[in-house]
Amino acid sequence: MTPAPGITLEGRATIDGDLLFAPLTLSMAAGKWTCLLGGSGVGKSTVLRLIAGLATGAEFDGRIAATDGAEVIPRVGYMAQDDLLLPWATVTQNVALGARLRGERPDEARLSGLLERVRLADHADKKPDELSGGQRQRVALARTLMEDKPIILLDEPFSALDARTRADMQDLAVELLAGRTVLLVTHDPGEAARLGHSIVVMTQMGLTDCAPPAQKPPRRVDDLETLATQGALLRLLREEAA
Amino acid sequence: MRYLPALAATAFALALWQAVVTLTGLPRFILPGPVPVAEAWWQNRAVIAEHTMITAIEVLIGLALGSMLGFVTAIQLATSRVARVLVQPMLVFTQALPVFALAPILTLWLGYGLWSKIAMAVLIIYFPVTSSFFDGLMRTPRGFLDLAQTMQAKKRAILWHIRVPAALPSLASGLRLAAVYAPIGAVIGEWVGASKGLGYLMLLANGRAKTDLMFAAMLTLGVFSVLLHLAVRLATKRMAGERR
Ligand SMILES: Nc1ncnc2c1ncn2[C@@H]1O[C@H](COP(=O)(O)OP(=O)(O)O)[C@@H](O)[C@H]1O
Ligand SMILES: [Mg+2]
Repeated sequence: MTPAPGITLEGRATIDGDLLFAPLTLSMAAGKWTCLLGGSGVGKSTVLRLIAGLATGAEFDGRIAATDGAEVIPRVGYMAQDDLLLPWATVTQNVALGARLRGERPDEARLSGLLERVRLADHADKKPDELSGGQRQRVALARTLMEDKPIILLDEPFSALDARTRADMQDLAVELLAGRTVLLVTHDPGEAARLGHSIVVMTQMGLTDCAPPAQKPPRRVDDLETLATQGALLRLLREEAA
Repeated sequence: MRYLPALAATAFALALWQAVVTLTGLPRFILPGPVPVAEAWWQNRAVIAEHTMITAIEVLIGLALGSMLGFVTAIQLATSRVARVLVQPMLVFTQALPVFALAPILTLWLGYGLWSKIAMAVLIIYFPVTSSFFDGLMRTPRGFLDLAQTMQAKKRAILWHIRVPAALPSLASGLRLAAVYAPIGAVIGEWVGASKGLGYLMLLANGRAKTDLMFAAMLTLGVFSVLLHLAVRLATKRMAGERR
């Protein structure tokens, strides 16, 4: 992996002439997790997709840049709420998808190492419909790691999981994505409080920076300061919505 | 028993048929009952088998060619905007024409032999195969394409590794329709001009007032079509994403 850069997005977005978000600045520190928290429809996914260079329904007027001045888009890895596993392909084939789509040979040793790390080595030849939701998201995580990109964009990847699986998945993601610049978009204050090196709340009014708890992510689920932060974030979301 | 419903339906249809014949008292050359038809079938079994073979060859070749042609066309349409603009309206236009009207011309161009019938079968299945598969190719889940884009995928690779596999269930439903239409195409071709095949045999029997033979040939065609449909259904099971 090339060194992870910081990223800044500055600008405004409109949909058919209507403002989606007013001019804002979102900064992501190099090698850290930035959690973008907000209610549904405020434009979180739009922000993430703009950084990834994916199509959005919005017109963006501004700039997106990496602190090292190199291009952002080719260095981005992407994970969404839907695990986006190809149903006809095995776990191994899904993890190796990027290489196959670029016409390269996948690095077999790396692939099996990654399957070990997400504890799916025994499931390598299964199809996605033989796996649980948590296992499927672990395949998606392995696929993302296989790409070895320094910038990782996560669009609510854990929100369809049950509480326990979600917490496990969060721990695993923090462990395996360490050192990369991560943007996690979420509507869950608890998730933002557990995972963010920095936490930004997005509402119609714009972005509000919130102080993260002192503990290092992933924070304990019963850490009092983390729980207090969760509460404060939820209060902020509710106030802004009113 | 899984075949019980099919057996029951067949028995019911035969009983209904016999009832109509008995109640109306229609003469045998207008509407023969199941028994004379069965007798005619048995007496002419060699002839029927021979003509069935011809029709089957026409249908199978037509099905294979039409499916390949439809597959290639759908891929071209899905990957080229120019092809969509130029070819798609034409495709719809040809579908609006009654293909039957083309049968005499095909006989003129391709002669009395197999090829005019094969061409007819190809024409009649080309559109359902093309349009089902094309629709499938254009409905690739957005998220798969997004993911591929973030992986700097090549266009060709996206087509063969994502769009085509995701569209296989649509192709399967096109092929299943084609299996039903192809025999109709071949028989129309035979009606217009042929010296062999079930369509020819039906015309011949009709002309000689051998209505029972006509029915025997027609029912043979029906059974052949149903079997073909079942075979194609079975063959496309995996493609359609169905569990065995
Ligand atoms: N492709 C699109 N075309 C038009 N409007 C869109 C499109 N995608 C999203 N929107 C609108 O933009 C707004 C923000 O969407 P999104 O960024 O997905 O929000 P979030 O991820 O915060 O829930 C929503 O009101 C949504 O309806
Ligand atoms: Mg969203």
